[in-house]
Amino acid sequence: MSGFLKLLARNRLALAGGIVMVLVVLLALLTPLLPLADPDVTNTGARFQPPFSEGALLGTDHLGRDLLSRLLWGTRLSLAVGFAAAIAAATIGAAVGIISGFYGGRTDNLIMRGVDMLMAFPYILLALAIVAALGPGLLNALIAVAAVNVPFFARNIRGITVGLAHREFVDAARLSGLSNTRIILSEILPNVIPVIVIAMSTTIGWMILETAGLSFLGLGSQPPQADLGSMLGEARSALITNPHTSVVPGLMILIIVMSINLLGDGVRDALDPRLKSGALSRPMAATRVDRKGPVPESAGQGLLEVQELQTQFHVKDRVYRAVGGVSLYVKPGECLGLIGESGSGKSVTALSVMGLVASPPGVITGGAVRYEGEDLIGAPYGRLRDMRGRNVAYIFQDPLATLHPLYRVGDQLIEAIRAHRPIGRKDGHDRALELLKSVRIPNPEKRLSDYPHELSGGMRQRIGIAMALANEPDVIIADEPTTALDVTVQAQILALLDDLRRERGLAIVFITHDFGVVAQLCDRVAVMYAGRIVEEGPTKAILDTPLHPYTARLMACVPELGTGKRRLEAIPGLPPVVDRLPQGCAFAERCTRAQPDCLAGEIDLHRAGPRAVRCIHPEAPLQEAAE
Amino acid sequence: MTGYILKRLLSAIPVLLGITVIVFAIMALIPGDPATAILGSYATPENVEKLNRDLGLDKPLVQQYFIWLGNMMGGDFGTSFSLNRPVLDEVVERFGATLVLAGTAFVLCSIFGIVAGVISAANQYGWGDKGITFAVLLGISIPSFFLGMMMILIFAVKLKWFPVSGMWPIYGDRDLWALIRHLTLPAIALAVVATGVIARLSRSAMLEVLRQDFIRTARAKGVHERGVIWRHALKAAMVSIIPVLGIQAGFVLSGAVYIEIVFQWPGVGRMLVDAILKRDILLVQGGVVLVAACYVLFNIAVDVAQSLLDPRIKT
Repeated sequence: MSGFLKLLARNRLALAGGIVMVLVVLLALLTPLLPLADPDVTNTGARFQPPFSEGALLGTDHLGRDLLSRLLWGTRLSLAVGFAAAIAAATIGAAVGIISGFYGGRTDNLIMRGVDMLMAFPYILLALAIVAALGPGLLNALIAVAAVNVPFFARNIRGITVGLAHREFVDAARLSGLSNTRIILSEILPNVIPVIVIAMSTTIGWMILETAGLSFLGLGSQPPQADLGSMLGEARSALITNPHTSVVPGLMILIIVMSINLLGDGVRDALDPRLKSGALSRPMAATRVDRKGPVPESAGQGLLEVQELQTQFHVKDRVYRAVGGVSLYVKPGECLGLIGESGSGKSVTALSVMGLVASPPGVITGGAVRYEGEDLIGAPYGRLRDMRGRNVAYIFQDPLATLHPLYRVGDQLIEAIRAHRPIGRKDGHDRALELLKSVRIPNPEKRLSDYPHELSGGMRQRIGIAMALANEPDVIIADEPTTALDVTVQAQILALLDDLRRERGLAIVFITHDFGVVAQLCDRVAVMYAGRIVEEGPTKAILDTPLHPYTARLMACVPELGTGKRRLEAIPGLPPVVDRLPQGCAFAERCTRAQPDCLAGEIDLHRAGPRAVRCIHPEAPLQEAAE
Repeated sequence: MTGYILKRLLSAIPVLLGITVIVFAIMALIPGDPATAILGSYATPENVEKLNRDLGLDKPLVQQYFIWLGNMMGGDFGTSFSLNRPVLDEVVERFGATLVLAGTAFVLCSIFGIVAGVISAANQYGWGDKGITFAVLLGISIPSFFLGMMMILIFAVKLKWFPVSGMWPIYGDRDLWALIRHLTLPAIALAVVATGVIARLSRSAMLEVLRQDFIRTARAKGVHERGVIWRHALKAAMVSIIPVLGIQAGFVLSGAVYIEIVFQWPGVGRMLVDAILKRDILLVQGGVVLVAACYVLFNIAVDVAQSLLDPRIKT
């Protein structure tokens, strides 16, 4: 609770709204004690006095009544009616909702049908019909506004109650023989009240507006008694000659409703866990770059070269080092496997290449990404956009989420082409057809006009690959493209990628957590752990003699067909959280070969020939393995 | 698609019947005797009784309801005693004027609300976002009738850019230009609140969508950020914006009552308020039922639009 209040207070606008609200309410409460003129005493001799006149701070109205006094009394009345309507609507609505949600079945069905009917009206029609039946008057307006808002509360509260009615503690209460009434009062109600309060805080401003509206129409408070709405209604005839009589009550309504809305928004935000975690922020067009250190010189290796890349996530005052200095390269026609557990930073490394890491919270803080020698980190957005898909293309995991659900796949393919060169309708269609054929989609003409949800998983991934091929890129980064597929489809997709690589001389960076896949496809492998490369080398050499204990354990996780008895070994423990990495080897805690010196200090990536390992107690000596 | 529309229309029938039941039930609550209300307190008891018989008010309530419903089905909504004119004629004529006003406001609030929401989301926490958020807060907090009055004061009285009130000039041609001049202020005043609500919801719908994987795919393809925001993200966000548009149409229709009063617009809302003050019950009943029925049909149109946008909805 105090945390909630603190959050609320930190929201300065909400605080301002709260203060104004408290002031207005205090003023309304104190009105009878203030030395004010009688709000209903007319003095036709002093009609339409302007504001700041002698004896009338805000002037007088068309009957010479003191506006300040009428304003305060009117505010008092408006607030009282608004609050009363809100409380009435919330109480009745909550009762209806709880009964409907708790009893369920036919009761629920009947009640919710009725609620739906009421919600089928534009709200004012219902309010007008009620006032028409009961006759104009403030109490009747209050009843009308409350009645119109009952369905809103009923529906909200019913939803919550349905969820609660099947929870264990309610079942327990039932089993212990409590009556339904007791259960509702002792178990359901306490859990529902916070929701009611929030719903009230967001609708109370609206209710004040609605009652003021009915009074404005002459259907609410009747003369000489006046709330803010009827003051405005009476002033309307003198709008042009004496605007101050309209402005005074109008501004007061605005101030009240606005302060309530500010406060309501603040309450809502303070209670929304997504806002706290920053999960509601929008990723920018390219990852933010904030490089502190010097840019590494190009080593001239490969077509795509990642050097000492550092990518972090900044969430509030925490820093997660997702990628902590990764270097790798890939040559034309080569396939590099990037392997590691979930959270090892392999996807973030891959996404950093074209600035696709969601930002906020992602920030690239160091290193370089070179394409044909050109550094892309910090390149202007226009340059990055131009290269995305044309030079470096991506294939993502889970093509159902990565394809746009509302566009036909043909249009999505054509768009990929159009992003880089103008192409006519006919040519685009032909090219899309050609692409589908090249990824071996049967019946391609028909598939072009399908939506993603109409295709199978394997088919969708083929579309994803076709899209990556659309502009004949030189490098394809495939981020676990087969993880969401079943095994036979997986094999087909891998074969397809392998063929494409051989036919077109594509460089592929293949990200996976599966050594079986790596063995099938990749020339070289880099193993990642906790944001760093721990081992690197030719696939065959690593499969034969893994050097890093982590690599060895990772390989032991892959079941082998036909070998029978071998136990499948999971790696005990979890990868470390990358905002508090231990000094030295991050794997030491889970490692069976760990020695005290593993945690003593920074461990470098030792190289020998084509192989490299970041370990001081490797499974086999590095030099030996390299030979 | 035709089948889907038909199905939705059929499912509207119980809702429409429910509306007539609710309206009838509310009207049955009226204390006292409608005939006395019509004839005034000086009427003789014989006259009151005769009128009650003529109006069918001496029969049981259920029977009254079915007579009333049957008459409405046949297009007979009764005669307004205060206007001495068939209710249907009056309502249809007035509703036309309301549709011009509310329809324009609805188009305005949809366009400006969505555009503001998208810009706000695309520049989250930037100055554009802050400005729009504040304007939205102001928009949803100001009573539309007060806003309308202030607009009259500033743009009609002081600046003389627009006429003060009415739908047509008293003298001069009733052409489109005259209508536009008369329509501008009330339509804007009516649109402001809904614009704010739509902008708010569009912003959060866009923020929700912009974090989705397919947005990253679009960016990875090299689609320009403009295309990412206005094509990919907005199209997906429309799935959650369209239902809000349906709800807001109801609020625009409701708000039209105030705006029609402030701007002397000859619409159905003003007619209803007058009818209530004169206790012309048949006119109120007919007006409420007809407008609510139109709103139900409009919501079916919204559902159809939704199914056109989203191929995943089974039609």
